[in-house]
Amino acid sequence: MLEHEDRPELRHHFADVVQQRNAASLGMWWFLGTEIMFFGGMFCGYLVYRRAYFPEFAAGSRSLSLVAGTVNTAVLICSSLTVALAVRASQLGKRKLLVNLLLATMFFGVCFLGIKGYEWHDEYEHHHAPTFYFNAQDLVHNNPNLHMDPQRTKIFFSLYFALTGVHALHMIVGIGIFSVITFMAWRGKFTPEYHTPIEIAGLYWHFVDIVWIYLFPLLYLIDRRPGA
Amino acid sequence: MFDNLPLWPTSASVHARYEDWLFIFLTVISVAMTVLIFAAVAIFSMKYRRRHGREAAHIEGSLLLEIAWSVAPLGIMMIMFAAGALLYFRMRTPPTDSDQVYVVAKQWMWKLQHMEGPREINQLHVPVGRDIELIMTSQDVIHSFFVPAFRVKQDVIPGRYTTLWFRATRPGTYHLFCAQYCGTMHSGMIGEVIVMDPRDYQAWMVSGAPSGTLAQTGMTLFQQLGCNTCHRSDVQGRGPMLNGVFGHPVQLEDGRVVNADENYVRESILSPAAKVVSGFKPIMPSWQGQVNEEQLNQLVAYIKSLSPAPEGAAITSGAPGGTQSQEAQQPK
Amino acid sequence: MERKNYLNAEYGIRSWLLTTDHKRIALLYLLSITFFFFVGGFFALLIRLELLTPAGDLMTADMYNKAFTMHGQIMVFFFLIPSIPAVLGNFLIPMMIGAKDLAFPRINLLSWYIYIIAGGLYIYCLATGGVDTGWTFYTPYSSLFSNTHVVEAGLAIFIVGFSSILTGLNFVVTVHRMRAPGMTWSRLPLFVWSHYATSIIMLLGTPIIAITLLLVVLERTLNLGIFDPSRGGDPVLFQHLFWFYSHPAVYIMILPSMAVISEIVPCFSRKRVFGYTFVAASSIAIAAIGFLVWAHHMFVAGISLYSALVFSFLSFMVAIPSAVKVFNWTATMYKGSISFSTPMLYAFGFIGLFTIGGLTGLFLATLGVDVHVHDTYFVIAHFHYVMVGGAVMGYLGGIHFWWPKISGRMYPEGWGRLAALIVFLGFNLTFFPQFIVGYLGMPRRYWQYPPEFQVYNVLSTAGASILAIGYLLPMVYLLWSLRYGKLAPDNPWQATGLEWKTTSPPPTFNFDETPVVTWEAYEYETMPLPDEVTLER
Repeated sequence: MLEHEDRPELRHHFADVVQQRNAASLGMWWFLGTEIMFFGGMFCGYLVYRRAYFPEFAAGSRSLSLVAGTVNTAVLICSSLTVALAVRASQLGKRKLLVNLLLATMFFGVCFLGIKGYEWHDEYEHHHAPTFYFNAQDLVHNNPNLHMDPQRTKIFFSLYFALTGVHALHMIVGIGIFSVITFMAWRGKFTPEYHTPIEIAGLYWHFVDIVWIYLFPLLYLIDRRPGA
Repeated sequence: MFDNLPLWPTSASVHARYEDWLFIFLTVISVAMTVLIFAAVAIFSMKYRRRHGREAAHIEGSLLLEIAWSVAPLGIMMIMFAAGALLYFRMRTPPTDSDQVYVVAKQWMWKLQHMEGPREINQLHVPVGRDIELIMTSQDVIHSFFVPAFRVKQDVIPGRYTTLWFRATRPGTYHLFCAQYCGTMHSGMIGEVIVMDPRDYQAWMVSGAPSGTLAQTGMTLFQQLGCNTCHRSDVQGRGPMLNGVFGHPVQLEDGRVVNADENYVRESILSPAAKVVSGFKPIMPSWQGQVNEEQLNQLVAYIKSLSPAPEGAAITSGAPGGTQSQEAQQPK
Repeated sequence: MERKNYLNAEYGIRSWLLTTDHKRIALLYLLSITFFFFVGGFFALLIRLELLTPAGDLMTADMYNKAFTMHGQIMVFFFLIPSIPAVLGNFLIPMMIGAKDLAFPRINLLSWYIYIIAGGLYIYCLATGGVDTGWTFYTPYSSLFSNTHVVEAGLAIFIVGFSSILTGLNFVVTVHRMRAPGMTWSRLPLFVWSHYATSIIMLLGTPIIAITLLLVVLERTLNLGIFDPSRGGDPVLFQHLFWFYSHPAVYIMILPSMAVISEIVPCFSRKRVFGYTFVAASSIAIAAIGFLVWAHHMFVAGISLYSALVFSFLSFMVAIPSAVKVFNWTATMYKGSISFSTPMLYAFGFIGLFTIGGLTGLFLATLGVDVHVHDTYFVIAHFHYVMVGGAVMGYLGGIHFWWPKISGRMYPEGWGRLAALIVFLGFNLTFFPQFIVGYLGMPRRYWQYPPEFQVYNVLSTAGASILAIGYLLPMVYLLWSLRYGKLAPDNPWQATGLEWKTTSPPPTFNFDETPVVTWEAYEYETMPLPDEVTLER
């Protein structure tokens, strides 16, 4: 009972802070498991269609901006670094450093979304967005060595937009979560004894990063052999 | 009285006999199992009902029993599995010399086309005692060809061919149902399979034949569409010669080897760049939107006729790779 | 003066709508799912009335197609899947393990709100014209051809999935981290084991239906083409994705019901469950193997012969742990001391009807037979036997068993037994004829049918009217008991389990002191017999 008085963050239904922290951590790991299944459905669809329509997937992949994708990958990896450092800062009780690192993470996240938005806009301009105005004739011309059906490339782009779209949605949610905990950190709510929200938000962010690390080669690097 | 209260579906095909015996076997086991459990519950609850002065026994479990009642059902189920698998294997392997009928399903009717030429809507005339293979596709959504009397059913899918075969054993008229929900008049997409004596069937066939066999109609279309300008039969033209192609392996440009079955021919007409034959350029235009399902069937039948007895009538289970005649697609 | 308990701790609508008490949230769910049960039941009524005659003469074909679609979607997603976990699981699991609440009480409340929002969207869909794709949403009909509110329905089910995921998350973390001292895994009530297995399925399976329905919604709104054959899409891929969740979903619906039976049978046999370890392991086995059998819904959908063989084999495998449970419950009664209370009558009904339902599942797993009975009324009869004869009877049995704990009142035993009997008889009359008419060849989802099938349909509708009475009765007498029922003692059934060691109804924080567990589950040999009075009329 005393612990409930000492530790304001300890909620009444937990016996002690260790139990509370372990529950939060286990909860986030299981939640990430559900997210793996969520993305997994789309990955499964991707695998089936890639095997069936390889030329179309290769052509679609080559039309994506390798520069943008690589920069975005670097941006996300940096953001995971800042998250990890933020967790460390909270363990050491360094409030200012913590806030700065959290802000940096969000900044990287926003950069990622900005670059992604630019890519989508570009693809939309080229009529590669899977809308009613989809037209992939230019891909046929650009890929003379691939025997492809332009209609079927729409499946690649549909999966591309669905996958990166759902990923971006997760990024936006992540930035939202981080803005909340940044505010809490700024108000001094976290101490070396209590910084669970930072740890579990960090876990979520790392997960979103890892999804991208799978998406990048599967979407951007299908067949980038020079001269192919 | 039993006209209005049927207890058992008519059995009119070779499959039906086996299926019924398997069903009876399953029913006997199930009834035995059900009676066993019901009796156990009834007897235990009566014999051991609460009585003053008698306490419940203290029993934790029995490893022996757990093993016994896991292994015994497993054994019985393996018999069920094996018998079912054998029957299914037979159902999915049409004999090589089957008579073929093309089926096109659309909301909400069945269109059937005999190789000899006659066309039917919502009715299928077949001779008794012959192996009949249906080669089916849909113009729009997924349907399912179901003849309860023959105990056969197969989903009919847009964009590819699926097959079903049977050998009818009794003349008569039997229900044909659509068994996959397909929209408003799903329950109206019904018809009849009319099994006839071979002589009656011949008579019917002759009286109904319009302009020729399916393959002949296909040949006319082949010429009308200009296919013969590239796919020549006298010398090698811009496209591969088609004599003897059907039913045999084909080497493609990218090294793959595929079997030239109905799905392959169909895809080559609608999406020719997908599988280009080795040694040829991908210059064939797509006929997507310019031929409907029935015309596709005619062309396929014609190309088939250019080969001697085809090797194996089983159609490869075309995963994506199928296309649908876009002209026939309904607006959203 | 009434003692302070979770019901009278606070008054006012805010104290209910903003509660984090798992017991109050359970009651919020009870109200919501009961509402949806009756909406879904209304559609069942429409179906059975139309099917009285072979002709389609009561409503248009489109109306009928919407009726069976919404009956299925509401019953599966808004009633059965939440039912026992969200009501009884929420209420009991913390108490059964000696905890003060679930691990994440606020997420628990959030999951109810998500359910309500999803339910609201679905009612909106219903009110603006409904949806007619069948509960299975098969493409390309749902993605390209249907002119109904597929997007709204799909989104509503997408959203309600998150309610399920969060409930599962809460249960898993609670069971792992919140058990009282001495409550080891091997001392857990089987109710908890079963819900744990259910939660694994909820967590790992539900996201797949979420993404699948999302893809259908995107296909309709953005014209993606993923399931459109004319652009290279594969409609059968949809079926794989759909059934990958929807098959495990049926185990989400049955495992909690089995959980209830595992509590009722030992109590009214005054004997521990026979083979505790095997029953617990069977729950996990059902969850695990249940993920491996989805394509048994697709034997005639165009899958390869060889994959059909694999799925048929695995479908037989998944039957074994279910059979093991039935045998163990039956063996629990052997040399017990049986009393015929209302919960026990529901348990008997469950055992009998689940046995029939499960056995008919074997018919469907048998490849050669499935070809004939797939998409016929045989399948409909099979799944109603397991879902209604099984899951719903378990649910009603559980409601009655824990009613004293939840409400502090005893329900009238005589009416309870009568209702159980009426449900059992009505159920069998409704669904047994459907096995026959299905084997005869009557396809499912048929608005009109050939006349030779009529007698069976009439029998079925007659049964449905009796079943409806059986369902209405508890509504009436349970509500009556809230005011006029006998006050319930802490442990009217003299059942084991930590929930019975606290008051009826329990205080807000469940236990005045955290219990320390030193005994095994189901130690009925140490329990006194229940008071004669509670088992009398």
